[in-house]
Amino acid sequence: MARTDVQLMLDVKAGDEQSFELLLRKYRTPLVNFLYRMVRDTAIAEDLAQEVFLRVYRARQQYAPSAKFTTWMFRIATNLALNSVRDNRRRKMEISMDQSVDTGEDEQKPLEVPDRAPSVEQELVARCRADMILKAIHSLPEKQRAAVLLHKYQELDYDEIARVLECSESALKSLLFRAYESLRVELAPLVSPTVRVDRVPVDRSGQPA
Amino acid sequence: MFGKEKSSLKQCAALENKLVEYLDGRARTAERHAVEEHLSGCAACRLRAEEFRALWSALDELPAISPSTAFDASLRARIDAEPARRSFWQWMPSPRLVFAVTSLVVMSVWLSSMQRPAENPSAAKQATQESQVSAESDFGMIRDLPVLENFDVVSKFDALSELPAPPAAPTPEVTKETR
Repeated sequence: MARTDVQLMLDVKAGDEQSFELLLRKYRTPLVNFLYRMVRDTAIAEDLAQEVFLRVYRARQQYAPSAKFTTWMFRIATNLALNSVRDNRRRKMEISMDQSVDTGEDEQKPLEVPDRAPSVEQELVARCRADMILKAIHSLPEKQRAAVLLHKYQELDYDEIARVLECSESALKSLLFRAYESLRVELAPLVSPTVRVDRVPVDRSGQPA
Repeated sequence: MFGKEKSSLKQCAALENKLVEYLDGRARTAERHAVEEHLSGCAACRLRAEEFRALWSALDELPAISPSTAFDASLRARIDAEPARRSFWQWMPSPRLVFAVTSLVVMSVWLSSMQRPAENPSAAKQATQESQVSAESDFGMIRDLPVLENFDVVSKFDALSELPAPPAAPTPEVTKETR
């Protein structure tokens, strides 16, 4: 019978390193993806994900199963991501005071789209759509962004997300509605029944205009 | 007419907090019915709900990335570097020990303050006066002891017979009348 996350963590507390490996294997990819979508930088996302696991490992002796393991883990991850986003924004503001620089969006590595042997055109369209979605998510205020990522991609319960973001469930539902409403407007070319996919404006470099 | 429009708008605003959990299938039955009822009569909210569904499908298109191959090794290296940092905490006493020592210190301070005489001169003077009054009353009691021990004085109850008789208890007839 598979052990629950809480049982695994209690085993880690008792000194079982193998259980930590199991938790790492289970949550490595979701955590890196959550953090990548929060900070839009793979290197920073991986560094933050390692920091999350490190903090979980450090806190193993004090671990008490008062909440779900995922709530605890994503709370650490969200706090780290929010701090990183704020630090990055401050750094960018300091740089922009000295010299004119790019926003950094063009420096992002292109996304790895799963290879299902699509045509060049299909691949280009899929890449454009993914980039638009990522940009739209990133344009949300940090708390709304975290709420959407935890709700849509991690599929956490409302009470879990509310605990992670330290707000009430009612406030969370309102936050989620506002976030999805902003995304609906931002991604109107993708979601509006009257707008077709091939009408996504694309510039010469293949990026959405 | 105006009231009906106002009520409808109110429902649209109320829908905001329910729409997301309705669409992701986590709404309770009563709330689900309420949302469905509203959607059946409100074209604007129906369109919004359809676009939310389309948005969620679009969000699913976002590809997942995989951690780099160096992820585990890098994390392991950071964990292996941990014991040097943890050794500092090994010197820290356990919370129980800290609590026991603190309690002991507080109790000893409290006990020593209880035994110490009052340092305030006026308070000390007042305490002396109080002890003198107490001693005098004790002495008076001792002085009157022979009177109390005199059997003739204690056993003489003649004076009690001169006291007026206590009022008679009410008769049953009176009780009946009062009823």
